[in-house]
Amino acid sequence: MLQIHNLHAEIDGKPILKGLTLTVNAGEVHAIMGPNGAGKSTLGYVLGGRPGYEVTEGEVTFDGIDLLTLAPHERAAAGLFLGFQYPVEIPGVSNVQFLREALNAQRKGRGEAPLSGGDFLKVARAQAAAIGMDAEMLKRPVNVGFSGGEKKRNEMVQMGILSPKFAILDETDSGLDIDALRAVGDGINRIMRASDKGVLLITHYQRLLDYVKPDVVHVLAGGRIVKTGGPELALELEAAGYAEVVA
Amino acid sequence: MADLATLPTRRDEAWRYSDLEAVASVWPLPAPELIEVAAGESVARVIVQDAPATGTAIRAYRVVLHAGATATFHVLNTGGKLGRVEIDVTCHDGAHFELGAAMLGTGDQTLEIVTTLNHIEPNATSNQIVRSVLGGRATGSYLGKVAVARDAQKTDASQSVKAMLLDRTATANAKPELEIYADDVKCAHGATVGELDKTALFYLQSRGLPPAEAKTLLLRAFVGSVFDGIADADEREAVEAAAQAALERML
Repeated sequence: MLQIHNLHAEIDGKPILKGLTLTVNAGEVHAIMGPNGAGKSTLGYVLGGRPGYEVTEGEVTFDGIDLLTLAPHERAAAGLFLGFQYPVEIPGVSNVQFLREALNAQRKGRGEAPLSGGDFLKVARAQAAAIGMDAEMLKRPVNVGFSGGEKKRNEMVQMGILSPKFAILDETDSGLDIDALRAVGDGINRIMRASDKGVLLITHYQRLLDYVKPDVVHVLAGGRIVKTGGPELALELEAAGYAEVVA
Repeated sequence: MADLATLPTRRDEAWRYSDLEAVASVWPLPAPELIEVAAGESVARVIVQDAPATGTAIRAYRVVLHAGATATFHVLNTGGKLGRVEIDVTCHDGAHFELGAAMLGTGDQTLEIVTTLNHIEPNATSNQIVRSVLGGRATGSYLGKVAVARDAQKTDASQSVKAMLLDRTATANAKPELEIYADDVKCAHGATVGELDKTALFYLQSRGLPPAEAKTLLLRAFVGSVFDGIADADEREAVEAAAQAALERML
């Protein structure tokens, strides 16, 4: 579903990814773990198409299409979702307004009819309820004044509404208490665990993986995948530390 | 207010950022429109300045607010090679003046809002909110003078002026000018000039909004609430639609 081959990327001329190769098949959840500065967030941003993250070598195909030639909004319309480590606050723009415009822009990109205000609200309310977010928060400006946990729940609400084929979730577990961690984990399973979907979970810690069981675990260090294994690799990392396992 | 007899020059404070060639093309200016509001009464004006791109539009108002009177002005200043709105307000005891304004300009436009608040008696208040979005080589200027007379105690005058530049070639000027001769007054003024938040833009695009729609959404939020106070819903929606159209033209 997602194939990354020999990916090299740099920021301001500084190489960060140095030949990363990875394949995620439909129906799979892959976890990417690794020490600080390994290039985990860079990988997420490169796949999302963030300006300033320049690919210098390699290919990324998503469902057979060349992902790197698409603009960020085209990647979204193709079914890609990037969950942010630090969801952005946007004063003056309400959650519902933004999400309805975003969803309808995606639908338009796919040649589908737009969703009416009423139909959209039903979907949005159902997604908020499923993750345990107060429906009133849908009316508030995007992420403004939200706690860390509320922001991550809001990311899950967005993912639920947009219903992507593939999600790249960048440290979605950071800053969460136990309850929020479980809610977010349940959200990922509910929205993304399907035979025709895929997930790349970027995380520092094993704890999210207690809720979202990965099929494959990769260790990213120095801009490359240095080790790949099953779920047991995450436990091994947690026990021994990155330095030990990578060495 | 301009001296109506002689063409202004750059030395005239109220014209220093103006397009004097355009001013000369319409000189001499007609006398300002006089709006006198009787004690305790209130008046509301909505001004949409959307002259054709080659035009010069200078609108001048002289407002006299008698004791306890209120004037509420909403201004969308977006048209013309030069588009200028001047409002000169005299506040008597306990009067209130309110301004919500947006300047949306691009190309070679020069847009200006020039206000003079004369607080000549005690207890008068004024509140001015101006939001500008400027692209191309446009210049947007807000000149806001507040003159508080010696016995105009308890004056409360505030100005909030923010500008967003879409291109590095655009210019925003924000110039508060305070002349205070009383000692028990509040005159707050804040001015900022910024650019679109790139992280917010990427966030919106990553959710599926095309770049132009993402920018329009952020700019609409920035211009935000300046027209909220327009009491007549139809009038408010018309101004908001005109502002939205102006923003879309700029991108």
